[in-house]
Amino acid sequence: MVGLIDLVQTLTTPHPLDRYLELVSPALTARELRAEVTHVSHAVPGSVTLTLRASRQWRGHAAGQYVQIGVSINGVRHTRCYSPIDPESRGDRYIQLTVKAHPGGLVSNYLHEHAKPGMVVDLAPASGVFALPEPRPEKVLLVSGGSGITPVLSMLRTLDAEDYAGQVTFLHYARQPEMVPHRAELTAIATRRPNFRVEYRYPVEPGTVVNGETSTGSGFFDYDELERVAPWFADAQTFVCGPPPLMRAVQTIFDAEGLQDRVHSEEFTLTTVPADPAEATGTVTFSGSAVAAENTGAPLLEQAEAVGLTPEYGCRMGICFSCTATKVSGCTRNLRTGELDADPDKQIQICVNTAVGDVDIAL
Amino acid sequence: MTILTEGKDGPVILTPEQVEEFGQALDALRARIDADLGERDRDYIYKIIKTQRGLEIAGRGLMYLGFLPPFWLAGVAALGVSKILDNMEIGHNVMHGQYDWMRERGINSREFDWDTVCPADQWKHSHNYMHHTYTNIHDMDRDIGYGILRIDEGQKWNPYYLGNPVYAFLLMVLFEWGVMMHDLEADNIIKGKRKWSDLKPLLKGQARKAGKQVLKDYVVFPALTGPLFVHTLAGNAAANVVRNLWTFSIIFCGHFPAGVQTFTKEETEVETRGEWYVRQMLGSANITGSRLFHIMSGNLSHQIEHHLFPDLPANRYPEMAPEVKALAEKYGLPYNTGRFSKQIGSVWAKIFALALPDSLVKRAPKPGVIVMRNRKATEVGV
Repeated sequence: MVGLIDLVQTLTTPHPLDRYLELVSPALTARELRAEVTHVSHAVPGSVTLTLRASRQWRGHAAGQYVQIGVSINGVRHTRCYSPIDPESRGDRYIQLTVKAHPGGLVSNYLHEHAKPGMVVDLAPASGVFALPEPRPEKVLLVSGGSGITPVLSMLRTLDAEDYAGQVTFLHYARQPEMVPHRAELTAIATRRPNFRVEYRYPVEPGTVVNGETSTGSGFFDYDELERVAPWFADAQTFVCGPPPLMRAVQTIFDAEGLQDRVHSEEFTLTTVPADPAEATGTVTFSGSAVAAENTGAPLLEQAEAVGLTPEYGCRMGICFSCTATKVSGCTRNLRTGELDADPDKQIQICVNTAVGDVDIAL
Repeated sequence: MTILTEGKDGPVILTPEQVEEFGQALDALRARIDADLGERDRDYIYKIIKTQRGLEIAGRGLMYLGFLPPFWLAGVAALGVSKILDNMEIGHNVMHGQYDWMRERGINSREFDWDTVCPADQWKHSHNYMHHTYTNIHDMDRDIGYGILRIDEGQKWNPYYLGNPVYAFLLMVLFEWGVMMHDLEADNIIKGKRKWSDLKPLLKGQARKAGKQVLKDYVVFPALTGPLFVHTLAGNAAANVVRNLWTFSIIFCGHFPAGVQTFTKEETEVETRGEWYVRQMLGSANITGSRLFHIMSGNLSHQIEHHLFPDLPANRYPEMAPEVKALAEKYGLPYNTGRFSKQIGSVWAKIFALALPDSLVKRAPKPGVIVMRNRKATEVGV
């Protein structure tokens, strides 16, 4: 197949074959991974569950990993990471994503409002180290909060699909019961499998009745809660994903118990724009060369040169685009316009952009 | 700093404040267009790409009927137009970073390559950097004469230039190869200003890129038409030449018609942003024409707007042009434009005239522009 594509590309040179195929149909590509939305569900208020059918280049995901989705909004392609919620053993090319529409979240709101069957999105192969290990641990504790549920949901469904015989506890924090995506399915798994325990917490005072359910515990994660839902936690592998306070609470307890190695976490927070962009703070990392240095506030091109790198450059004044590089993460300020930019994985001209806080440039 | 231009009613002097005002007005125009970029521009460029790919496939297909002259001619025309669109409205503009804001892999200045023998990275160096940064500055902008021609009075005459029209003609017919060799700076090698060893990576890149192009147009596609091998080969070669003649003509109309200004290094030292804009304006020339003509020229018919805003999508130049022209008029700066026949005629007249030593050519008094920088007004008697 690869040989054939190369042969055909002799004819389409210098343009890759996909640049022709995508004009026929956006999901028809020889090399690039794409996916077509086949089903859209708005079962949970404020979030959308998409079923995607990936093109044949899809190699599946490990439970807990994320994929990158790219959509064009007002002419600009934006990419975001989401964790598939389906079990990893799924042999076909379908992927399910549950996307919570965050206030001000460009891509999540767009998907929430505009995703329709037939829509084609860019897809990057699954990646991330937050994944259920092989072989499976003997005991598994899954803790999540809000939209952090997605990777651990995949883990739970994977264990269910594999007829996992060990102990599993799934502990999820949400504002209210109807905000829990796939709640019926979670409950069904817990009912079907005695070794699976599914618990929900709503951060309210204990004893408060919320929609017919009486809240237990403090409503927040603490040691007592941990003892109650998974007394065997010291022998388990724990996976946690959610808002920073939850992550900190889990980390603190496991640190105190000397169990740092047994807890795995994934951050689910967005990069925020610092209040005062004029201050040069943070670290500039050039991840392609594995170099990092204190941010000096100078243009990123100069900062790269100061640490001994020799990035390609031309005019050094923002005209020629010779120095364009990928900003992997962080916030940058355009020195010509003063504009701030916190979008990840974006091409920037490093001669006219500086770092605001921690920035990672793929150089 | 004073910028003095000579208009119809005598010299026009711009004060430094006026020059900066002029620059700020252009910055404001830029910001307005920049903020407006979106779906419309995306649709435009994809429509052009679709048209180009369609024409390419049609051109390749028609070669199967290449034994019939009308089909052969139609095939050459379709493929020629496809290559022109690929090089000008798509390649040139995408490689300027005009569509980088879309963050699409297929139309991104870092990844795009075009259907010509010149590798994208070398062109981006000689064009985006050397030419666009140092536009029309002698000994800096290598587009002044391309190391081959005498195209400006500022280049000192020597007997080699007697062949000027011949060199220009050859450059026109073989333009894609000329563009490929541009970044080698062969004349600097001959003059000993550049080492042979500097060329190695460039030559390697050229061999790789040109090899693929030659294989496609002169071996594989002809072979795919079997007994029509020679017809297809000739057709593909003709399409490449059609593209060469057209791109050469459009590009030469951008900076070399009568009335454009060149500069010296001394004049342009330590430029302000406003002065940079003035230089781009004085050093470029437009061509008037229909919408189709503008598309076929990659909007380089709006060379002035392109040089002021090289990284804004070219499909926006037509709507920006009236404002740029009004600004030029407001400040008494020339806005060099004219129909294609006038601009290209003036280019060839220059190529012939500059072949001869200055003493043999009686030059009409130049309506040209005098630009002063870093000098007090009193020194030039104003």
